[in-house]
Amino acid sequence: MSLTLQEFEERVLELARRRAEQAEVFSVETVETPVAFEANRLKQLRTHRSRGVALRVIAGGRLGLASTTLLENPEDLVRDALAAAQFGAQAGFELPSTIEASPPAVFDPAVEALSVDEMVEIGQRMIDRARAENAALLCEAHLDKVVSTVRLHNSRGAAGSYCGTSFSLSFGVNLIRGTDMLDVWEWQTSRRLDIPSDAMVETVLHKVRLAERTAKVPTAQLPVILSPKGAGSTLIESLASGFNGKIVLQGASPVGDKLGKKAFSEKLTLYDDGLLDYAAGSAPFDDEGVPTRRTALVTEGVVTAFIYDLFTAYLAGTQSTGNAERSLSSLPSPSLHTVWMAPGDASLEDMLADIQEGLLVDQVMGAWAGNILAGEFSGNVHLGYRIEKGQIVGRVKDTMIAGNVFQALGNIAAIGRELYPVGGGLRLPYIYLPALGVASKDA
Amino acid sequence: MRDQLADALKAGAGADYVEIRLQRSESTHLSYRGREIEQVGRTTGLGGAVRALVKGGWGFVSFNDLADLRASVELAVHQARLVGREETRFAPAEPVVDIVRPALGKDPRQISLADKKRLLDEYNEVIWRTSDKIQTSIIRYHDLSRLSYFANSEGSYIEQEMVDMSLVVVAVARDGSDVQQAFLSRGSAGDFSALENLHSEVEDAARRAVRLLSAKPVKGGTYTVIIDPRLAGVFIHEAFGHLSEADHVYENERLRELMQLGRRFGPPELNVFDGAAVPGLRGSYRYDDEGVPAHKTYLIREGVLVGRLHSRETAGKMGEAPTGNARAINYQFPPLVRMTNTAIENGTVPFEDMLADIQLGIYAKDAYGGETTMEMFTFSAAQAFMIRNGQIAEEVRGVNLTGNVFETLANIEAIGNDFRWNHSGGGCGKGGQSPLPVDEGSPHIRVRNVVVGGE
Repeated sequence: MSLTLQEFEERVLELARRRAEQAEVFSVETVETPVAFEANRLKQLRTHRSRGVALRVIAGGRLGLASTTLLENPEDLVRDALAAAQFGAQAGFELPSTIEASPPAVFDPAVEALSVDEMVEIGQRMIDRARAENAALLCEAHLDKVVSTVRLHNSRGAAGSYCGTSFSLSFGVNLIRGTDMLDVWEWQTSRRLDIPSDAMVETVLHKVRLAERTAKVPTAQLPVILSPKGAGSTLIESLASGFNGKIVLQGASPVGDKLGKKAFSEKLTLYDDGLLDYAAGSAPFDDEGVPTRRTALVTEGVVTAFIYDLFTAYLAGTQSTGNAERSLSSLPSPSLHTVWMAPGDASLEDMLADIQEGLLVDQVMGAWAGNILAGEFSGNVHLGYRIEKGQIVGRVKDTMIAGNVFQALGNIAAIGRELYPVGGGLRLPYIYLPALGVASKDA
Repeated sequence: MRDQLADALKAGAGADYVEIRLQRSESTHLSYRGREIEQVGRTTGLGGAVRALVKGGWGFVSFNDLADLRASVELAVHQARLVGREETRFAPAEPVVDIVRPALGKDPRQISLADKKRLLDEYNEVIWRTSDKIQTSIIRYHDLSRLSYFANSEGSYIEQEMVDMSLVVVAVARDGSDVQQAFLSRGSAGDFSALENLHSEVEDAARRAVRLLSAKPVKGGTYTVIIDPRLAGVFIHEAFGHLSEADHVYENERLRELMQLGRRFGPPELNVFDGAAVPGLRGSYRYDDEGVPAHKTYLIREGVLVGRLHSRETAGKMGEAPTGNARAINYQFPPLVRMTNTAIENGTVPFEDMLADIQLGIYAKDAYGGETTMEMFTFSAAQAFMIRNGQIAEEVRGVNLTGNVFETLANIEAIGNDFRWNHSGGGCGKGGQSPLPVDEGSPHIRVRNVVVGGE
């Protein structure tokens, strides 16, 4: 006979605490309802109900993990975790004995109350608007609502839970002329119902208009403006691993030995933030019960902090920064909440006006496939525009950009004065780099 | 189980089509960071999903609690009704009743955690003793066994078991602030021995990481490129495989025109296929997640588009036959049209002949990965050398290549005679479902006019 999730968790903790020095039970229960529009029309409605439990033990001084979605036998889960602990990492840290919650708001009743009909209506309106402007556009819209409950309790007495909501919206269009394909997309995730769907369509349509004509850029070092989205998929993703305490501890971070030292342009100030209200990456406490916080990673070019979970902090002889993140089937690991960059003072127009010949990069493909550890990136400019005498003159194709993020952020020409949400985890401005490697197909 | 599923399917009466998948799984993972073990864990799972089709609209419900089964069928049908506005065109498939147990080599479930750890300890030791420039190591091992029960409203009932393993060994070398990495990636469907005795390959990866410290970043530009079988497999997966997945094409009129069967994409020497019916690979199976038997499908024959990969829906809408390519990474997702084992068939040109007349080019080997947006794609080399005057010259790094499907395949100048499958431990991602076990294969190929990113 199946137990309820809570009964199962209680039983697991009770059994585990008798046989391990420390034990911790983590569970997630989720109801997710995605609505998919494909090829201009409603295609699929889905409902996902999932729940699962993870048990982490420290037994014989070693870490073990087991997880399950099968709530039949608490003894099996405990046995699996103890078996894993025979071979696990030596761990001398203590789990928290209380959980003090941080303040960010993570639950929006309006998201919980949002009906499938309303989601369908939002998607349909976006598609109707886009098609009214250009009937040749093939539109795709994905709306996704998630309500989840996270629960954590451990053998040292800490217990906490929270219910979070999240709403994601993505909108993309495809336009084919001859053998030329144009794809433009936008997506955002928020814990609140605050994503401006109408503005998202207008942004996509604006980018389609800018791509009306094609243009070429030479193979050369050129001034490049990265849009918030372009900066996210080139600079920030490769930068992020360098601030992960685990990578630092291993000596594999290029900035690992730069704490307190200047490693970037003084224009760069970068935060990781677990406290932003309704941000997708915010939570009252992290996945092992440590309150979340705001951490300045880079302050005016100086490396000011790395991020840690409890185990990594123990190994590094420091404190957790409340950045533990885990899936049910893995141990917690340091992970960023929301990364945001302190805005600068330039407008996009200022940046463009400064460029005789250059490139505006918005969507980049394949830049993740490289030596991320060293901050090296190289990717196809999937959506980007040639800048000529301060004007955007056409879309470039078959063009690569490449560079090293640590060098690129050492020499920044300007940072935009407005932040834009990128996906769920970033808030970034436009970034203007005086020179980046550009390669394009020979004429 | 069969009766239980058949009974639940009755709640879907009135829908055009309903299917149920239940899956029971267990997996083990071990990982290392540096000299010490990082994680050891075991996961067991039970879950299921119902998918329903009404008037061309889909409903899908996944769950962990089997008590929800009947209610999930009703909800999936209800959702499909809300969506369905047209007629259902779903290609017919013969109902199948079958029980499939895979042919296993060394079953990872029969190997103790202690023995698995001992093997990984050996590999880790190999990395660390290779050079004092080794800064750290990362090792990830994962095995998964899964028993799936599939039943649909047409009378199919299939029990199918799969066992999949992957191993990734990364060596990280450091010199001052320069950090370089190289890796070995291996996977296997059902045979742990494929992951054993890789000590010399692990050592090679460690040496490559150290060597990369003295390699210069590649200079960006347009080059003639020789691509080794491993990277060429990823190339064909990205360059053409994804565009062959009919769900990208079937509802896009313009793309359908561009992807007319009979269109020439490459030289007459080029033959490309995909198929789960090719046995013993990570993308192999007997039935796909719609219960359609696996095929081997030629995508390109003698340079000409001759086929594509289908689910029952895309086949029905395009008036073609299903190919057994509907796959879901697990019960939490509906099946999508996916590749299985994708390859460029063997050609005739020896490697030396490819090299001989290249004045300035790049020899790109081993894959970090790749990505596509259908027209343009990237594929990234984990190792690369300049070619100068017909000779392999100095090593370069950071080689990410881009191509355009309407030009790059036509720019293939030579296809080698040294075909092999990758057997890599990675996987494919699509629609949020990643990593799906696939394999790729190819001989060496030579392509002109490839844009390479660089400073």
